[in-house]
Amino acid sequence: MATSQQAGTQTIATTGTPARRRVNFVPYLFILPHLIFFTAFLAYPFFYGIYISLFNFDFLRPEFRPFVGLQNYNNILFNRNSVQFTDFWSAIGNTAQFILYSVPFLVIFALLLAVLLNGNYRGRNVFRGLYFAPYALSVTVAAVLWRWIFENGGLLDTYLTRIGLPPLGGLGAQPGAWIGITVATIWWTIGFNTVIFLAALQEIPESLYEAASLDGANKVQQFFRITIPMLRPVLVFVITIALLASANLFGQPHIMTGVQSRVVGTESIVQRIYDEGIIQYRMGSAAAMSVSVAAVLLLLTTLNFRIFGRGEQQ
Amino acid sequence: MATVSVPVERTSSRPAGSKLISRIVLYTVLVLIGLFFVLPLVWMFTTAVKPFVETLQITWIPQEPTLQNFRDIFNDPSIPVLRWFLNSLGLATAFTLSVLVLDSLAGYAYARIEFPGRNALFGLLLATLVMPGIMFLVPNFITIARLNWLNTYQGVMAPGLAGVFGVFFMRQFFQGIPKELEEAAYIDGASVWTTFFRVSLPLAKGALATLAIITFLTSWNDFLWPLLIMNVRERQTLPVGLATIQGQYTFDYGKLMAGAAVTAIPVLILYTLLQRYIVQSVAMSGLKG
Repeated sequence: MATSQQAGTQTIATTGTPARRRVNFVPYLFILPHLIFFTAFLAYPFFYGIYISLFNFDFLRPEFRPFVGLQNYNNILFNRNSVQFTDFWSAIGNTAQFILYSVPFLVIFALLLAVLLNGNYRGRNVFRGLYFAPYALSVTVAAVLWRWIFENGGLLDTYLTRIGLPPLGGLGAQPGAWIGITVATIWWTIGFNTVIFLAALQEIPESLYEAASLDGANKVQQFFRITIPMLRPVLVFVITIALLASANLFGQPHIMTGVQSRVVGTESIVQRIYDEGIIQYRMGSAAAMSVSVAAVLLLLTTLNFRIFGRGEQQ
Repeated sequence: MATVSVPVERTSSRPAGSKLISRIVLYTVLVLIGLFFVLPLVWMFTTAVKPFVETLQITWIPQEPTLQNFRDIFNDPSIPVLRWFLNSLGLATAFTLSVLVLDSLAGYAYARIEFPGRNALFGLLLATLVMPGIMFLVPNFITIARLNWLNTYQGVMAPGLAGVFGVFFMRQFFQGIPKELEEAAYIDGASVWTTFFRVSLPLAKGALATLAIITFLTSWNDFLWPLLIMNVRERQTLPVGLATIQGQYTFDYGKLMAGAAVTAIPVLILYTLLQRYIVQSVAMSGLKG
C-alpha cells in the first residue's frame, strides 16, 4: 500500500505542483463511475425506501402524499381491518413455508452432491456439467418446464398413475403447488450451492483424511468429523444465501401458479410487494412491507452467522 | 504430508470385487441424479417439435417431428420473439460491457490506490451485500420513473450497475498481482492511468472474461426487474416475453416449449462452451464468503 502511495505522490511531482498538500483526485475518478450508480440505486434507495414507508405514497397522485407516520406499518402488521393485513401475513406465511421446504434440500442435497462429485473417477466433469446446467437458465424457463411436468394430467401424474399411485392433481391445489414449486427451485438452483461446496471441499487438505483413515475412521466418520467442521464457514454462507434466495421467491409462483397464487396459497412476499406497490400503486405500504421483511431477513442472517459461525471473526 | 500419503492407498485394502460393485453403485447414482437434471430439458425439446395433437399425449419420442411450433411463434406478431431475442442480446451485451468498465476501474482503485476514505467507502459497499434486495424494489422503481426511464433499456440496466459483486471480484484479482510490476512502471515515470491500462489491466484478461460471462448470464436471465420496468411488448426481454407466451398459449405446450427452447438454447450453448469460467466464478463468490 505504502508503495502505491509513493507512486501517487511521484505522479503529481512530475506535473510540477507541491505534492504533499494537494488532494489527489485521480483515485476518485477510478471509483466515481461505479459510485454514481451505487449511490443512486443502492445507498439512496435504502433510506428513500424507509422514507416513503412513512407516507401515503400513491405514485400517480403526486399532489396527495400525506405523511402518515407508522400507519403503514400498523396496517400491514397489526390492523386486522386494513386492506393489507390478511394478504401480507398470508404471503409471509407462504414464503416461510417455502423456506422450510426448500432450504434443507438446497443445503443438504447440495452438500451430498458436492461430496459425490468430489470423488476420483472417470467422467466426473461430465456429471458436474450436467448437474450445474439448469442454473444457467432463466427462472422463466425453469418454471415453464416444471409447470408442464406438474400440470394436472401432465407428465408426472401420468407416470404416478401408471405405477399405481394417486396423481398429485396439478398445481391448482396443495400439496401439488408447493411440491412443484419446490422441485423446480431445487432443479434450477441447487447447482450453485453444489459448486460452492465443491470448491470448499477441494480446499480441505487430503492429509487430514489420510491421517483419519490411518486411525481407522470410516468414510461416514470422516464426513462428520472432518468434512463438516472444515466446511463450517462455507456451510453458514450457503445456508444464508439459500435462505435469502428462497425469501426472494417470485418467478416460480408468478409463472407456475400465476393469478391463482393467492387462492392456492403460494403467493410470496415479493409477489405481494409487486402487487401492492407496482400494480396497485400503494407504494407507501409496499415500502413498509419491504422494510419489515428486510429487517427480519437481516436479523436472521446475523443470527445465522452468530450461532453457526462461532469461532470466526465477525 | 507427502510421507504420510505414500503408504496409504485407501482403496487397495479392499478386494477387487467390492471395488467393482461400489463403482457400479456410484455410476448408477450419478446417472439417476443426472436424469433428474436432464430429462426436463429433453422433455422441453421433444415437446417443442411435436405437432399439437401429439402434445396431448405423454410420449417421449415425437411421431411426426416438426418445426411448426417454432415457425408459429416466430410469425405471431403478438409475440415478437425475434425482437425479444435481439433485446436480450443487446441489453446483456451493453450491461456486461458497462460492468466491465465500471467494476475494473473501481476494483483497481479499491485494491491498489491509497486515498482518503477508501476503507470507509469499501466498508459501505460491503454493507450492502447483506442488505436484502427486496428493500430496493419500490424506491428504485420510483427513481426510474422520475428519470422518465420506465419502458426504456437504460431503466432496465441502470440499477444493476450499482452491484458490488464485480467490484469485489476485480479487487480480489488486482490484489493478487505482484506489486513489483506496477512499481517498475512507476519508476519509469508512468502515471496511475498508464500503469492501470498498460500493466494491470492486460493481466486481468482472464478475470474480466469470467466476470463478463457471469454478468452476461445474469442479465440474460433477469426476470423481475425487466418485468417491472418494461410494459411495452416490443421492448421486453426473452424471459419476460416467455411469460407472455405462456399467457397466450397456456395449454398449447408445443408452442410454449418452443418459446422456452428459444430462451434456453443461447445460454445452454454459452454454458457448454464456457462452463469452466462460469463454475469458477460461482466458486469464487463462495470462497469469498
